[in-house]
Amino acid sequence: MTVNPSGWRPSAPANEQGEAHTVTGNRALMLEEPLIFEIGSVKQTGVDFDEILPGTGRGTSEAGGGCGVQGSEPPPSDLRSATSPCRGGARLAGLERNREIGLAGLSEPEMVRHYTRLSRQNYAIDLGLFPLGSCTMKHNPRLNEKVARLPGFADVHPLQPQETVQGALQVINELAFWLLDLTGMYGVSMSPKAGAHGELCGLLCIRAALEARGDKREVVLVPESAHGTNPATAAFAGYRVENIPANAAGRVDLEALKTRLGPDVAAVMITNPNTCGLFEPDMRAISDAVHAAGAFVYCDGANFNAIVGKVRPGDLGIDAMHINLHKTFSTPHGGGGPGSGPVVLSEALSPYGPLPFVAKMPDGSFRLVEEESAGEEHPHAFGRMVAFHGQMGMFTRALAYILSHGADGLKQVAEDAVLNANYILRSLQDVLDAPFAKSGPCMHEAIFSDRGFADDVNTLDLAKALIDEGFHPMTMYFPLVVHGAMLVEPTETESKGSLDQFIRAVRSIAGRAKAGDQSLKAAPVHAPRRRLDETLAARKPVLVYRDPEPAQAAE
Amino acid sequence: MRYLPLSDADRSEMLRVIGAGSVDELFRDVPEEARLKGPIHGLPMHASELAVERHMAALSRKNMVAGDVPFFLGCGAYRHHIPASVDHIIQRGEYLTSYTPYQPEIAQGTLQMMFEFQTQVARLFGCEVANASMYDGSTAMWEAILMAHRITRRNRTVISSGVHPHYVNVAKTLAQFSEDALATALPELTAESDNERLIGKIGPETSAVVVQYPDILGRITDLTPIADAAHAAGALLIAVVTEPVALGLIRSPGEMGADIVVGEGQSIGVGLQFGGPYVGLFACREKHVRQMPGRLAGETVDAEGKRGFVLTLSTREQHIRREKATSNICTSSVLCALAFTAHLTLLGEKGLRRLASLNHARACEVADRLSAIAGVALVNHSFFNEFTLKLPVEARPAVHALVERGVLGGVSLGRLYPGVDALQNGLVVAVTETATTEDIAALEAALKEVVQ
Repeated sequence: MTVNPSGWRPSAPANEQGEAHTVTGNRALMLEEPLIFEIGSVKQTGVDFDEILPGTGRGTSEAGGGCGVQGSEPPPSDLRSATSPCRGGARLAGLERNREIGLAGLSEPEMVRHYTRLSRQNYAIDLGLFPLGSCTMKHNPRLNEKVARLPGFADVHPLQPQETVQGALQVINELAFWLLDLTGMYGVSMSPKAGAHGELCGLLCIRAALEARGDKREVVLVPESAHGTNPATAAFAGYRVENIPANAAGRVDLEALKTRLGPDVAAVMITNPNTCGLFEPDMRAISDAVHAAGAFVYCDGANFNAIVGKVRPGDLGIDAMHINLHKTFSTPHGGGGPGSGPVVLSEALSPYGPLPFVAKMPDGSFRLVEEESAGEEHPHAFGRMVAFHGQMGMFTRALAYILSHGADGLKQVAEDAVLNANYILRSLQDVLDAPFAKSGPCMHEAIFSDRGFADDVNTLDLAKALIDEGFHPMTMYFPLVVHGAMLVEPTETESKGSLDQFIRAVRSIAGRAKAGDQSLKAAPVHAPRRRLDETLAARKPVLVYRDPEPAQAAE
Repeated sequence: MRYLPLSDADRSEMLRVIGAGSVDELFRDVPEEARLKGPIHGLPMHASELAVERHMAALSRKNMVAGDVPFFLGCGAYRHHIPASVDHIIQRGEYLTSYTPYQPEIAQGTLQMMFEFQTQVARLFGCEVANASMYDGSTAMWEAILMAHRITRRNRTVISSGVHPHYVNVAKTLAQFSEDALATALPELTAESDNERLIGKIGPETSAVVVQYPDILGRITDLTPIADAAHAAGALLIAVVTEPVALGLIRSPGEMGADIVVGEGQSIGVGLQFGGPYVGLFACREKHVRQMPGRLAGETVDAEGKRGFVLTLSTREQHIRREKATSNICTSSVLCALAFTAHLTLLGEKGLRRLASLNHARACEVADRLSAIAGVALVNHSFFNEFTLKLPVEARPAVHALVERGVLGGVSLGRLYPGVDALQNGLVVAVTETATTEDIAALEAALKEVVQ
């Protein structure tokens, strides 16, 4: 036992269950927190307003807040007078709210405490290694948060006249050129809101290009190992989806692909590096075969972080690729979005890219090309994907990230990401089955299977035990081509010390999994919650809070 | 490089463990001819934090900041005051730097917040359930059209002339590639929206009717007759709300019979940000929930019986169903949803009603003052915080002339509907609690000059 320098030792006996029961349910720094609807009230608010009397512009401390308020707090009568511009709510088409909404309010200290307490029940990159394969959880530099909040970016309306937003348009243009230079592509559409939205943008460009040449094709080929978004997007774009098999080395089976190609195939969607963390060495041959069959190559760029600055997709014959700015260029994931998914395009597809886009004019100014001027400048655009111009707040962050690293730093990013993943692969391959380890190095992520685990222990158990060790689990059961897959992506922002600690933890748990240690089934035991009943949640969905029925008055 | 922790000594030691002589050996699957030999030629090298901040700040100063000038733009994005505590909460690393909550035992913060968000959105829209957010309002509307298609097994959608033209363009774009036929129309500068014409378009093949509330010109209309007509034909009513603050003052679409209510949540908690990221809102009837797109948080219990939350009904989603999923959506807009929820929790019902009342009162005042200018007419009978003026001159150059006078005075319909002569004198003006008395006076004076 470790003692403190004074030599004092705890003398109180431990509770019988090994853990002291508390009245509140709290456990020191781990605090239970009810829902806002259980602690707030419709009568409470955490916002004070400047009250302004209509027509006078003068403030008043007792005014109820203008016109049209119904229900519990009617406005003072002077605001409802005939001279009031609101005309007593007559300008609301007679549709004033006439019942309670049920929105609970909290004062500012209560609101801050509520969401701070909840935040402490989340794991995050700021807390530790988050090796979710394919998701690229790397450090989010705080400079990027700062620049995104500069008023010149954060407080600018999307429909301001273009002469008032030249800096914003320049950001989009600068980032666009970086993306083109880094990928060796010809054009870029900045408006897609996320990776899957980018996939849709790319496939619609392909469809528009095919239709422009009068070529109706119906099938998109997708490898079995692809992200679920690939087949879902192809279906969303109106295509039928067929699988392409993988070979024993975890790569696309080129011969099988060539056999399937034909006049009905519109596109092939390839993830490169693929979801097993492997580079497709035949990429150029795949592209050539696809092009020879009159189809296009879509590349899922989710794993571009492994090759940025090392290889340009444009040199591999890619026609369209989305770039997840929230992966490769480290805009924050925010608990599941917002993302951003610009799409780079080949010369053949660029004419079909959607509106709007930013053009640099000969005088050095920037112009947003929208529906109005598209007719002359971009007549083949397939249309518009979003209301405005894409994820500006992500563009500023990504540009700051890219400028911070520069061409040399981005190359180092890819190299360190790949080095870290290979270090994990080689440090674990003797305790976990690594199905592709023999075929050579991996790229930015290492894949393992559950082969060798005791019969009643599975990947989920190992993942949950990692939670108790203080790590976020790796991606589980994906890709589908590896049994009980565990896909580990450490990223370049982990130190060697952090990797070594993770390796020690996985080695220990893998040993227990092989030995059939039943305590794994109980994990996690140290997290804010034990395993949750997902079946119950799906069978009887409770998706919103319902106020409890008022108790019957006692007789 | 400040974001990369490995030292050269670490790299050498790790290569030794791996058994590789150099990092380049790890890239051996990349064909030699495709491998770049050094940093890409012509691009700048890494830069200090100070240098990057300087560059970005210089770019930001080239923009006219909404908060620095009299500002009256709306049409799908609204400038409201956001309390400082909201931005503080969303910058906590536990929210900012976490992922989609696939491991619920260590993601209860995000999951509970999603559940609170879903409840708030459902209540605000007058619906039974809501999802954990979409990309934005425009993509939410398209997803609603597809959802109605799945429910009714019909594919003809009637879109009101009052729907934001960019939203309509998104739907038109995607409908080219699906089996959906859209009936659309251009708005007219009239006091009331053309409900009768809309209702006349509903037929036995109609899957959904889409109406914006308040509409693109700011007009408010009772949705009940449209809902009744849609339901009588076996179709659904989809309502689109681009300014949810309005629902603090006027009745929710759900109360008037809308089956699916979608919207743009930006105006609560999220800044203008030149158009994104924003947060799409999506609510519907409970019986249709299995046809809903997007992430959903649901309540359950853990192994000790404690209440907890998980992502649920995933069998609708792409990572399970692949090409049979209800949507290809994978990301939502959770951090913006958190901002929405934190702001709406600060407001509460009382604050939202008061905020909405203030907005309406100010808008009424501005509408009266501007329509008193010779030649300027107020189009609307009804509006919340946004209304349309008919100017005696073309509005698009007028907007630029207002900028020359230091005023961001509104959105010209010429920008939204290029080439439509009947609309080119229309100016849409939005007035929120952020407009000061001085701002209003400046707009009034500048507009007088511009329309002379």
